[in-house]
Amino acid sequence: MIHSLFLISNAGDLFLEKHWKSVISRSVCDYFFEAREKAVEPDNVPPVIRTPHHYLINIYREKIFFVSVIQTEVPPLFVIEFLHRVAETFQDYFGECSETTIKDNVVIVYELLEEMLDNGFPLATESNILKELIRPPTILRSMVNTITGSSNVGETLPTGQLSTIPWRRAGVKYTNNEAYFDVVEEIDAILDKSGTTVFAEIQGVIDACVKLSGMPDLTLSFMNPRLLDDVSFHPCVRYKRWESERVIAFIPPDGNFQLMSYHISAQNLVAIPVYVKQNISFFETGSSGRLDITVGPKQTMGKTLECLVVTVHMPKVVLSANLSATQGTYNYDPVTKILVWDIGKLNPQKLPNLKGSLSLQSGAPKPEENPSLNIDLKIQQLAISGLKVNRLDVYGEKYKPFKGVKYVTKAGKFQFHSPYWTIYGPRRVAAWQPPSSARSPSRRLSAPGTPHLSPLGVEVSGEEPLPLGGAVWEEPDHH
Amino acid sequence: HDDLKEMLDSNKDSLKLEAMKRIVAMIARGKNASDLFPAVVKNVACKNIEVKKLVYVYLVRYAEEQQDLALLSISTFQRGLKDPNQLIRASALRVLSSIRVTIIVPIMMLAIKEAASDMSPYVRKTAAHAIPKLHSLDPEQKDQLIEVIEKLLADKTTLVAGSVVMAFEEVCPDRIDLIHKNYRKLCNLLIDVEEWGQVVIINMLTRYARTQFLNPNVNVSITHMYEDEKAEVTTLEKRKPYVMDPDHRLLLRNTKPLLQSRNAAVVMAVAQLYFHLAPKAEVGIIAKALGMFEPYLKSFYIRSTDPTQIKILKLEVLTNLANEANISTILREFQTYIKSMDKDFVAASIQAIGRCATNIGEVRDTCLNGLVQLLSNRDELVVAESVVVIKKLLQMQPEQHSDIIKHMAKLIDNIQVPMARASILWLIGEYCEHVPKIAPDVLRKMAKSFTNEEDIVKLQIINLAAKLYLTNSKQTKLLTQYVLNLAKYDQNYDIRDRARFIRQLIVPTDKSGALNKYAKKLFLALKPAPVLESPFKDRDHFQLGSLSHLLNAKAAGYQELPDWPESAPDPSVRNVEVKDSVCAERTVLTGPEGAGVLLLQTTRGSSNILFHVLLLHSHSEQSSGAENRKRGRKAVKNQKSASESESESESSESEDESEEESEEESESDTDVRKKKVGLDWNRILANYVCIINFDTFDMNKITSVFSQTIAPSGLIKMYELLHRITGEGLAVEYCFSRQPFSPDPNMVAVQIQFTNNTNSETKNLHIEDPRLQSGMRIREFAEIGLQPSESVTVVIGIDFCDSTQAANFQLCTHTRKFFVSVQPPVGELMTPAFLTENDFKKEQGKLMGMNEILEKLTLGEKCVNEHVIVERVTATANLSRVPCGSDKECRFAGKTVSSGCLVLVTVTTKEGGGAQLTVNCEKMVIGTMLVKDILQALSQ
Repeated sequence: MIHSLFLISNAGDLFLEKHWKSVISRSVCDYFFEAREKAVEPDNVPPVIRTPHHYLINIYREKIFFVSVIQTEVPPLFVIEFLHRVAETFQDYFGECSETTIKDNVVIVYELLEEMLDNGFPLATESNILKELIRPPTILRSMVNTITGSSNVGETLPTGQLSTIPWRRAGVKYTNNEAYFDVVEEIDAILDKSGTTVFAEIQGVIDACVKLSGMPDLTLSFMNPRLLDDVSFHPCVRYKRWESERVIAFIPPDGNFQLMSYHISAQNLVAIPVYVKQNISFFETGSSGRLDITVGPKQTMGKTLECLVVTVHMPKVVLSANLSATQGTYNYDPVTKILVWDIGKLNPQKLPNLKGSLSLQSGAPKPEENPSLNIDLKIQQLAISGLKVNRLDVYGEKYKPFKGVKYVTKAGKFQFHSPYWTIYGPRRVAAWQPPSSARSPSRRLSAPGTPHLSPLGVEVSGEEPLPLGGAVWEEPDHH
Repeated sequence: HDDLKEMLDSNKDSLKLEAMKRIVAMIARGKNASDLFPAVVKNVACKNIEVKKLVYVYLVRYAEEQQDLALLSISTFQRGLKDPNQLIRASALRVLSSIRVTIIVPIMMLAIKEAASDMSPYVRKTAAHAIPKLHSLDPEQKDQLIEVIEKLLADKTTLVAGSVVMAFEEVCPDRIDLIHKNYRKLCNLLIDVEEWGQVVIINMLTRYARTQFLNPNVNVSITHMYEDEKAEVTTLEKRKPYVMDPDHRLLLRNTKPLLQSRNAAVVMAVAQLYFHLAPKAEVGIIAKALGMFEPYLKSFYIRSTDPTQIKILKLEVLTNLANEANISTILREFQTYIKSMDKDFVAASIQAIGRCATNIGEVRDTCLNGLVQLLSNRDELVVAESVVVIKKLLQMQPEQHSDIIKHMAKLIDNIQVPMARASILWLIGEYCEHVPKIAPDVLRKMAKSFTNEEDIVKLQIINLAAKLYLTNSKQTKLLTQYVLNLAKYDQNYDIRDRARFIRQLIVPTDKSGALNKYAKKLFLALKPAPVLESPFKDRDHFQLGSLSHLLNAKAAGYQELPDWPESAPDPSVRNVEVKDSVCAERTVLTGPEGAGVLLLQTTRGSSNILFHVLLLHSHSEQSSGAENRKRGRKAVKNQKSASESESESESSESEDESEEESEEESESDTDVRKKKVGLDWNRILANYVCIINFDTFDMNKITSVFSQTIAPSGLIKMYELLHRITGEGLAVEYCFSRQPFSPDPNMVAVQIQFTNNTNSETKNLHIEDPRLQSGMRIREFAEIGLQPSESVTVVIGIDFCDSTQAANFQLCTHTRKFFVSVQPPVGELMTPAFLTENDFKKEQGKLMGMNEILEKLTLGEKCVNEHVIVERVTATANLSRVPCGSDKECRFAGKTVSSGCLVLVTVTTKEGGGAQLTVNCEKMVIGTMLVKDILQALSQ
């Protein structure tokens, strides 16, 4: 299946190669470099590149291209998933997956790759098994190793691989037994200039940190499991229990892992916690423009918005920005044309505002489009979908563990933009009216310089506010 | 590299390790380290495990280049293949099979064959991995390897399943016949196989299903097609109505839960399986998992941050989803895309608008107007792409759009993109009759700029000139001649050629032939409007989700997805003979008056179930001892007859029974005999374990109802699993029957007896949720039901991994769940081993030092003779006696059930009631615990 793997930095430095079958010359990567150059942005490199004798399947992660060489038919997703698993394993082992850490730990990386694939077919990809085979480096151990020459390779052989629950290592022992869960939700949304939601969905994950002795069997239940209908699970979860009882029953891997991910896309379920009043306009003459942005809270369930950052990708002709912010700091990078306004915590009493003028390249035509805004934010102790964990039961072991759950909401790909086909200039031929009469008035074309702002009230849904999370469980449990 | 060589030759492991690390780093960077081969290979047997591993890495990398030297290492691996530790055996095979040296092919073949029958599933998995390696090294071995694959396909462990199917796909994907017998097993194991194996198995089963089952959608389409034709309908009625093969359904049912896998490749594999195999109505379930189809329209809205290829794909989906109802939303969305900085994407968006316009008639004008607006866009690429799309749209109804053609004619002054200029010129030429005034003027301008144009534009200028000459020669004759003259001296021979050809065709001369008359027809023929097609069409003949499908070109090793067969092949090929592996056997003891025995042994061959029924009617007044004995005899008889001739009919067997019964009654009841038969009885009972595999055994077929059971006699200690009070009337006891558990020799047989003390039926009694220590396994019994006051005995197998950890599980009835646990005394973890005196001494010699435990003890009052000692020891532990010359010594031997470690016990008696106990066992924990138990038993 997977013949070879090449790791290539964003700068084009091929810094690691590994072959699972006969050696394939690194010159095969020339085809990749060609595609890389053509794509301009690293993200735009096609995931599958065809060469006369091979296929190159690649992913781009943490500024590294993982380029695998394939010779025969294989589902591309199989390879892509595996490459991501490799990157995640590096992250797990070294804290981060970067060119530097991989180069620093090249021997461990090599040992890992050796165990993860056999003859190009995945062998051991579970973190728990790998950690039994090859111990992750710690500062202390690497110091001791340098002095004594002892090894990173586990003395014991991986018994976990032989068991029916291959994801958990055997003989786990802790003095403090604890199980923590992080419910992390990201809102992906596109809102138009008036604040109307064009599209919104929630991508949620439950990350677990479980340090429990022995062979515990956990059952996690929710107050409102009906919210979740599009879910995917770690292999340890028993699918059938979820289907029949809507509880998550599992024997956990030891340590950190992602228990499940879910997707909530019903528009009315996605609360939008923030609104933006924006007016960015460019004058027909004088090579200048004006910018005025205000950010305010919308459906926040009474929580505070934190780590608020507004990012604007300016048109190429914008040379500089002379602005003043009532809160936070702003920075305009004239090379990348990115304006970043770091606001921090949002105070609902005094809404932050960024205002001022933009100077444009003289003589250049006025930009045709208004730039869209990207928002970053964080809300602690809230899962914006309203998802709430009910309880965690431990079976099969006698101890009473510490248990906790944390909720956090973040902005994912959160964009404000104006989806209009705005046409300027004297040679306008005919106004293009979309055929539907259902078009809302706020979505009509607005002339340059006269921004159309619709009232930005809170969208009131008929529902009661969803229950909020954030509490740590009562202790101890009873079962 | 002399310093590295020195380090490798040193005695210190730390130096060797450092050297190996540096060498591996060199390999990782792609530097050549092959000249170190002799120095490295010497360390292949190094004790330090990390040095060893790194040497393996090096060896596998360079063995192909240094074949002769590589052979030096082979003996190390051969030794490893015989190691008692399964993980060392596996790793030796892994490295051995990765060394690509042709000369060792026979050694590899032998190693693979041996490993394929290894006790350890992990070693068997490694064997499966080694098969494609050997196959690629030497394809000649194919036939032998297929035999190994066949053997491994029959393996019942999840660990092996994925790997062997992968080997199957690489070596002999066309041998679909090898799958038949394993099909159901693969379907049932699927959910527990690791995720990568799941993908491979699902893809293979998709292909398999296409060869074996009927198209579930075929009748639907036929009915639809012939709806109106009565005659056809009647023939259709005569046809056998479509019924899905239960095996087809099994596959669909067992893959469905995997849609919730975290692994996208697994989800995709299931999705393609449903796409290719499911009835149309069921394909919808994959839609949500993939986020496909109309309700999810908005999921495909494109973000500026999406990579180009994702944008293009989303655009494709949106275009395909467009219909009258949603077109306005989609068009509005497309408009935003045109402003993107990503030019490839803008071009694709404009093409998408064009496709929507051709597909949905009612928005054609809207789209056309919108595209015309784009002609005034500042970005030339946008304009050019729009021109090309407009050209295609106009061809559909040119007469209504002369104003647009005029508008485009004006654009020729400004547009510089050659393709767009060429498109405009073609349009004007094609529809010159709609713009009679403008067309000659455009030609005039073009004649002026001819020499500076790109080749494609020049060709279209010639085209335009020719068409105008034919329709309006009065105004354009001179212009055309001028253009043709310019073209005659062009540098490009295509253009010179075209000019010469056209001149001959359109300008009438004396010599010009018959074609001249048809020039107008040739040039101004009505041309069919082009169809705006998806760039993704025409790839549906590839299996969805495959590399070939993505590239729309057949990749090496792609296996065609066969068409559904016209008629289904024989489904019975998938029936499995379970004669010697898993049998469905059930023992129900009882009778109307408490004296009957029903012994059912069912064996499912090709869909026939053989019941060997032995039914004894006897009198209620008999003593339980006699009863036991009788049952024992009957069972022996039955076992014998069953094994001798399975085909023997039931009637003849019941004849046997009556004979037996009369014999029995005449037998005398001596004590010795009673005891012996009692023991037999237990053994036999355990042999007839009740593992009713729901797959092979249909419980409904047993309709007899029995009311009472008699427990096996008391030689074996019973433990309580569930008290009848806690169990709300359900009492459960268990004992260790000390019988080999036939379905899995590594499991300890645990006999469980259920008694229903309530007045109502207990249904669906089964095991759920076993919570086991790592490595432990349990083989459950099939669901049973209990009538009021009925008792049923079943046998389960538990692999305790040679530890005394309890196996916890839930016993579930149709109403309740009980947490129970089975805890084995250490003595039950072993099985007798038969050794000679010499063997015993030899083995004992190997297990000295830390593996030997010595303990002095004083024998209990009742331990007066050898006989009692033997009885006590064998009651404590499942050991067999080893012959011994000395009358002061008793020796016993056994092997642990799970890993087969020898356990040797010696009791040496001394004068005055003293004794010494010696236990030799590699597993020190087992040894220590056993010593404790035997001490207790002997000192009582």
